Amino acid sequence: MTVTSFKGGIHPPEKKELSAHKPITGASPPARLVIPLIQHIGAPCKPVVKVRESVKKGDVIGAPTGFVSAPVHSSVSGTVVAIGEFPTATGKLVPSVTVENDFKEEWAILSDNPDYMSLSPDEMREKIRAAGIVGLGGAAFPSIVKLSPPKEKPIDTVIINGAECEPYLTADYRLMLERAVDVISGLRIIMKVLGVERGFVGIEDNKPRAIHAIAKAVEGLPSIRVCTLPTKYPQGAEKMLIKTITGREVPPRALPMDVRVVVHNVGTACAIFEAVRFGKPLIERVVTVTGEGVREPKNLLAKVGTLISQLIADCGGLREDTAKVIAGGPMMGFALPSLDVPVTKGTSGIVAMTAGSIAHAESFEPCIRCGRCIDRCPMGLMPSMLSIYAEKGFYEGAKDYGLFDCFECGCCTFACPSKRPIVQLIRLAKSQVKP
Amino acid sequence: MNDPLIVSVSPHIRSDVTTARIMWSVSASLFPATLMGAYFFGPRAVITVALSILSAVLCEHLYQKALKRRSTVGDGSAFLTGLLLGLTLPPVVPFYVPVIGSFVAIIVTKQLFGGLGFNIFNPALIGRAFLLVSFPKLMTSWREPASAFLLFDARTTATPLGILKEQGYEKLVEVFGDRLTLYSELLIGHRGGSIGETSGIALLIGAAFLLCRRYITWHIPLSFLGTAAFMAWVFGGKGALFSGDPLLHLLSGGMLIGAWFMATDYVTSPSLKSGQIVFGCGCGFLTMLIRLKGGYPEGVMFAILIMNAFAPLIDRKFHPRTFGAKKQKSGGVP
Ligand code: SF4
Ligand code: SF4
Repeated sequence: MTVTSFKGGIHPPEKKELSAHKPITGASPPARLVIPLIQHIGAPCKPVVKVRESVKKGDVIGAPTGFVSAPVHSSVSGTVVAIGEFPTATGKLVPSVTVENDFKEEWAILSDNPDYMSLSPDEMREKIRAAGIVGLGGAAFPSIVKLSPPKEKPIDTVIINGAECEPYLTADYRLMLERAVDVISGLRIIMKVLGVERGFVGIEDNKPRAIHAIAKAVEGLPSIRVCTLPTKYPQGAEKMLIKTITGREVPPRALPMDVRVVVHNVGTACAIFEAVRFGKPLIERVVTVTGEGVREPKNLLAKVGTLISQLIADCGGLREDTAKVIAGGPMMGFALPSLDVPVTKGTSGIVAMTAGSIAHAESFEPCIRCGRCIDRCPMGLMPSMLSIYAEKGFYEGAKDYGLFDCFECGCCTFACPSKRPIVQLIRLAKSQVKP
Repeated sequence: MNDPLIVSVSPHIRSDVTTARIMWSVSASLFPATLMGAYFFGPRAVITVALSILSAVLCEHLYQKALKRRSTVGDGSAFLTGLLLGLTLPPVVPFYVPVIGSFVAIIVTKQLFGGLGFNIFNPALIGRAFLLVSFPKLMTSWREPASAFLLFDARTTATPLGILKEQGYEKLVEVFGDRLTLYSELLIGHRGGSIGETSGIALLIGAAFLLCRRYITWHIPLSFLGTAAFMAWVFGGKGALFSGDPLLHLLSGGMLIGAWFMATDYVTSPSLKSGQIVFGCGCGFLTMLIRLKGGYPEGVMFAILIMNAFAPLIDRKFHPRTFGAKKQKSGGVP
């Protein structure tokens, strides 16, 4: 099934070849883990362990304090050695639990239920909620919220997002190749929970092997289809993905469930499968460690709380000319001020960029009104106007140009010949006015 | 490893298209036309263009130095303005003419408005308009192209559009022999006129290059030329409607250089494709209005300048449709 795509978007160099051929391997077990108690969008968790308490792998160490939240579990067995503020990838200080690993890998609870598909939707939901699953694509929105739509919002379509449109990243690609059946099992669970008869897996056409693997896994399942997507950033953004696959447009400020669709990432589907079948909480994830600055790029299965510096060491360290290290992809990820920050549930990749491969944004020029940003903006905004208003401090004016419809995909900034920091200016404006 | 690591807001990669690359590419795309101008009009034409470029670049540099700003001559936009101005001048003008033109273009039209990106009017065209008004005689004395590169004493003669205006279509065809020769001479460039507008083929080669590199899109030039051709066909004939010669109008005067290289200037044209089509149609319409009804034989320059003034207004009227929104938001934004 091929489809037409959304308007706008860009074609940055893909750079997936650095790590696409590397099978997922386990990261070396860390001696100490720093597990942040906020790893998701929503309410923070409160610690439920004390210093010097011993924990097993999978024990809850942070309990949610609201509906839009997700519990946090220990990724190893060992002893809690500290509870306190610790920096995360975004540079923010976040309450975190430090656990010393006893390397025994003792599980708290883990049981196989091969008959998991006969569980009721509510039983499945409970397992997913308890497993602390959040969106693994990067946004880290608690999955249970998407799986509990209000009654007045019926869902008729579930989409598994295998677009992985960010350059460099290959974690989802490897999952689709190596664990296609588990991804589809996760999708079937989601469909059952939502009572939906129509499922899609959307994959960009630059990943033919993944398309093939998933297509094989859905053989004999008429309700699930593989959808080949044109390769174009940001194809994996929820709204764009829904538009491409279903033709529906999520209205401004609305959610996918408003057009009867729920989207989950490939990694999330896998985690949901593991939670429902094995009762396994989300304590590890695949992280692509890549970029020109990494000596040996890899796709690592890393425990949540592992320091990024340790993952990089697993990949042979950084090259001399590394200038910037990004958590996430180069289009929407965060530049890390320090490598001693933990992997969280939302860390899809670590990209080390050399001086030659990054944008030099020391100076920028005035807008020459070339219109490139307008053509590329997938949201149909006028980024040039947003940036000009923000630059001049007319934040209210920026609002009239759809400031809060911008989801900071970065297409405009990528395309601008004057190298204007449009996204940066948009963020500034967003921080100055109320939506 | 760089210590400390660079921290900046996403995105962390950028396309390799820069303003400088665009400006230098547009300049390069005018090379064939410049070459043909040099071939037909001889060294004086080369000197005129060179003077124009040199003074444009110098004006920009000195102005910015005087204000203790960073010199932006490296971005190529002053060079391009000088080149465009030079190409719209008659081959033989006193040396002070291109210098004054460049001064008006760079200092008055561009820098006093805030520099690149802030000017309302196309600098090269304002420069030329100023010269036309100040030195009407000098700016309308044309040399018949001298095929031999070094031939210096060619007669002062009129442009095809001048002949058309003064003596009519039949006379024009007569001067060139027959219609086919007229078209082919216009395409190749063997005619009187400004240095750069002489060879249609050379201009189209440059335009094709810009289209291929996606530095310009078809929207402005084709709506410009389409409207002009249509008007020429309908109203261009003597007496009866639908008896005009659109091809003659497309190939003569500044039509091609104007539509492909001047109306497409990013800064002074609308940013949105829909607005660009309106802009192009307006240019085409006004050009033909001036050519057919106005006092000047040529109307491209004034047409583009008038539409430049409307570009900000057009930009306000045309907005892209926000993803997921019901209707195109038009004019609703202040
Ligand atoms: S960052 Fe915002 S304004 Fe820029 S292209 Fe993306 S959605 Fe549009
Ligand atoms: S891409 Fe840059 S220069 Fe072009 S219109 Fe947008 S902001 Fe202006």
